Amino acid sequence: MNHLPLIIKREYLSKVKNKSFIVMTILSPLIMIAFITVVAYLTQLNSDAVRVVSVLDESGIVKDIFENSENLTYNKLPEMSIEEAKTLVTESSGYGLLHIKDESSIKLLSKSIKFYSEDAPSLTFINTLERKLEDHLTSLNYEQLDIDIEKIESSKISIDIFQENFEGEASSKVDGYVKLVFGGAAGYLLFMFIIIYGNMIMRSVIEEKTSRIIEVIVSSVKPLQLMLGKIIGTSLAGVTQFAIWIVLGSVLLVVVSVIFDIDLNQLQTPQQAILEQSLDQSELNKKLTEGLQSLFNLPLANLIIAFILFFISGYFLYSSLYAAIGAAVDNETDTQQFMLPIIMPLILAVYIGVFTVIEDPHGTVSTVFSFIPFTSPVVMLMRIPFGVPIWQQLLSLGLLIGTFIFTVWVAAKIYRVGILMYGKKPTYKELIKWIKY
Amino acid sequence: MNNLLEVKGASKKFGNFTALNNVSISVPKGSIYGLLGPNGAGKTTLIRIINQITLPDSGSVILDGEALKASHIKDIGYLPEERGLYKSMKVGEQALYLAQLKGLPKSEAKKRLKYWFERLEIGDWWNKKIQELSKGMAQKIQFVVTVLHEPKLLIFDEPFSGFDPINANLIKDEILRLRDNGATVIFSTHRMESVEELCDDIALIHKSNKILDGKILDVKRAYKSNTFEVGINTTNKASLEKELSDTFKTSPANFKTLDEELKLNIQLNKNQSANDLLNYLVSKGEVSHFVELIPSVNDIFIQTVTNNNLQ
Repeated sequence: MNHLPLIIKREYLSKVKNKSFIVMTILSPLIMIAFITVVAYLTQLNSDAVRVVSVLDESGIVKDIFENSENLTYNKLPEMSIEEAKTLVTESSGYGLLHIKDESSIKLLSKSIKFYSEDAPSLTFINTLERKLEDHLTSLNYEQLDIDIEKIESSKISIDIFQENFEGEASSKVDGYVKLVFGGAAGYLLFMFIIIYGNMIMRSVIEEKTSRIIEVIVSSVKPLQLMLGKIIGTSLAGVTQFAIWIVLGSVLLVVVSVIFDIDLNQLQTPQQAILEQSLDQSELNKKLTEGLQSLFNLPLANLIIAFILFFISGYFLYSSLYAAIGAAVDNETDTQQFMLPIIMPLILAVYIGVFTVIEDPHGTVSTVFSFIPFTSPVVMLMRIPFGVPIWQQLLSLGLLIGTFIFTVWVAAKIYRVGILMYGKKPTYKELIKWIKY
Repeated sequence: MNNLLEVKGASKKFGNFTALNNVSISVPKGSIYGLLGPNGAGKTTLIRIINQITLPDSGSVILDGEALKASHIKDIGYLPEERGLYKSMKVGEQALYLAQLKGLPKSEAKKRLKYWFERLEIGDWWNKKIQELSKGMAQKIQFVVTVLHEPKLLIFDEPFSGFDPINANLIKDEILRLRDNGATVIFSTHRMESVEELCDDIALIHKSNKILDGKILDVKRAYKSNTFEVGINTTNKASLEKELSDTFKTSPANFKTLDEELKLNIQLNKNQSANDLLNYLVSKGEVSHFVELIPSVNDIFIQTVTNNNLQ
């Protein structure tokens, strides 16, 4: 009798109907979106405020470089002493005071520029200010030294190396980023999935033991069937949860950004802002098109198929071990000692993925770990966007599936014995004995 | 075929520990079979072998003339001693699920469940969660689930634990009714009075070995010591006691009576008959009490296990 569909259905429904599962499913994206909204809103608040910066230019050479913008107004002060200026700015509660002394040379002047403010000024603001002054003073300096600015400008060289492999496929730095994001996301997703739903499987096995229903169940179905049913049912619940998160998350994100009229592009770090300032608009557009281009250049079919296969086998490999742990112990606190050997290779895989694959996707370390079954799902998924020969993928997958069948077999043995064992926590030695029963 | 279940020479080792050593039992069709033994004797291992939860290292199990196979699962109903239900699942859903695992189609399972729930007056529990029920209530559900698929063989491990006397009686009556309807029952318990009351046959397992089995009456016959409990009114108790102890093996007895008569346990040897003793006693005084001592299952259990431990 094949009860697998029945067991899968029960496991799935019992997970999906579980209150905390429902709460988590709905609340997680809400919290995420609320968080994003608050951050975006605050950023916007910040940038909406108009800053008034007073400039006291004693030298009289830099006045005309400051142009007012939407949220930044420069207030050029008439001649007065610095003390007077300070009082004035404090009273008018301006953002700050830029003081440029009159010095004999531009060199000296450049060393004596000061900015006074009530609180520490924003990093972006200071950076912008510095760059403006730098540019202006440099060109003034050129003039003073009688250097032809136009010649300098026209002799500047900008380098953008074109990358191409020996088969003639062009790639670029942007290309590399896109691959990285793709591989990283896939690897990380698997990692998260294993941790979250592996634990869920383990807990549901322990639950069956503590509620003592297990003996009733195994008098009707084979333990292997029960274990597989649990793994598949829980995974389906996990996929459901992920799908809801993604759909709900994106819908909410759109709704919220429309309602609150928040420009989500403002969600960037100061570093990014500076980076973008340094690129002009046309260059940015070029990069974007390039990024899109390289997205389509990726071996998408290979990627998707490999993702599905490695994801499923990798997930099964680990979740069968989680099920075995659940069967071996009586309560969750006893699981720690057995969790470590499972978590270690997973974390190792992510580290290798993040640090080694990025640096050298086809180096020895990356290649070796993309074959070792316990790390291969994560590492290989991260490598594939960079182009891995099909034979390597197949070999790695073959090894993974072989190991997966072996671990399921071992886990089923431990499971079969463990589910009927109560009382003391078994040692590793005992677990090995169970496999031999 | 007279026996529904035959276990032949079943052995099972867990590492160095022998859980079951060459145990054979025969369970007659339509009987209630008591499986007795101290804690840790190997009863549960034997039951698990019959349920195909554990595979024996050697030996065979024959159910209704066929070697035990996977499809026999639907022919057996098992109520384990370590039992429970999914706490957060609703009663009806859960019972349906477990019935379907035993191979019942959903609609049929539903129909039978309705019948049983009405019979045990628990119909309004259908949508309750197990965690809302008391232990005894959950046990009732468990019992229904065990018998729902109308198996040929029912195995109950301590079925009355957790029940109040009224419900225990209710369940006992149901077990007897199931037996009368043709089911064969294996019954494992420490409560000897219920063995006495229910079982036709018994087997005693001790330290992984079967040390005794047979029809309960035969076992009792084998264990009776030809001892009679006697009460006699006489004027001279001391001299009569002296006289009796010369002819028979006697010991003081203790039972409740209204008079201050002489109370003795008198054991007969092979050449002495009960009638001889009675005639003798009648000639000596007024006999108020004359009962043959039949060993209870409890006595047999304790006696056999203790003897076995001494060996």
